[in-house]
Amino acid sequence: MSRSAVLVDADWVEANLDADGIVLVEVDEDASAYDKGHIRGAVKIDWRQDLQDPVRRDFVDREGFQALLSSRGIGNDDTVVLYGGNNNWFASYAYWYFKLYGHENVKLLDGGRKKWELDSRELVKDVPNRPATNYQAKDQDLSIRAFRDDVVAAIGKLNLVDVRSPDEFTGKLLAPAHLPQEQAQRAGHVPTARNIPWSKAANDDGTFKSDEELKALYEGEGVDFAKDTIAYCRIGERSAHSWFVLHEILDQASVKNYDGSWTEYGSLVGVPIELGEAR
Amino acid sequence: MTQGCAAPEQTIALPAGIDLSTQAVIQGVVSGTGTAYARLLDHSGEFTGEVVVSDEGIFRFFAAPGDWTVRIIAGGGVTKDIPAQARLGEVTQLAVAV
Repeated sequence: MSRSAVLVDADWVEANLDADGIVLVEVDEDASAYDKGHIRGAVKIDWRQDLQDPVRRDFVDREGFQALLSSRGIGNDDTVVLYGGNNNWFASYAYWYFKLYGHENVKLLDGGRKKWELDSRELVKDVPNRPATNYQAKDQDLSIRAFRDDVVAAIGKLNLVDVRSPDEFTGKLLAPAHLPQEQAQRAGHVPTARNIPWSKAANDDGTFKSDEELKALYEGEGVDFAKDTIAYCRIGERSAHSWFVLHEILDQASVKNYDGSWTEYGSLVGVPIELGEAR
Repeated sequence: MTQGCAAPEQTIALPAGIDLSTQAVIQGVVSGTGTAYARLLDHSGEFTGEVVVSDEGIFRFFAAPGDWTVRIIAGGGVTKDIPAQARLGEVTQLAVAV
């Protein structure tokens, strides 16, 4: 992959709003954002309601994903362009999720909803009526998903990239500062992880930095591109943003997103945790 | 269930169920702009959180005690940084004209 294969800008989206075979999808945790206004023709996917299993902590299964995309009128051959709020955190998560279930043609709108809004581009409330499809998903591609045992086994061996803010990494905060601070799990980080906040990969307007800047960022922070990498954050959506950078933009072959992330790892009994700065 | 990472709705009053004694809140009102974002930066200038400013101009962060910077990002490339100090059990109130 390369930047041009996985990212589109707002001008491209505006020029392709009515193109056949291109489906815009807004993905947010706060689904009310879509209801207040969205890019014309975009369908909605709710990060919580649509992508998470309602009982277990896990994704919807393959059949559930097929049903979701079929109901949204998305076909296997469609090019899906994802965008969303929170600097594309949840859209990046959805991108990774689409890849997990084997969708071939997926792109991100660079800057997401934020850049679109700051540019004062058109948002509408009309909900498109797309005919249902018979979407067929593949089995999960576990080469891009890490589980807790993978993380424990990677300590001191692979690149572990903690993409949370420095205060979450050191243990000062348990959640991003726009959320009330939870107390359910231990603070800190996985030993030997490097703290490379997702935000260092993005500009203030939510667009991604240049390839050269991104490569220098990760190399400068001690990521060895010759090794496999696992990225994590708190619940796996900010690390999906960093997974996108490493795997899709910088074309690193073996990068996994640990979606259990700190809310799982920080609650495990007996696993090692470090506090303070990276060692 | 663990809360996701999207920001809760930005309202003037603290959300129900929040025990202020355990929180160090920075909140404020932004005026003079349309769509805007409020970003919280730590003492080193690193991103810590970001919210969409509400239609009423409200933003809120649950920080840790200490010194912070709130960056307002508005259309046209406008940004404005405001220093703020958070204290446990208190709400630090800011007013930002863009």
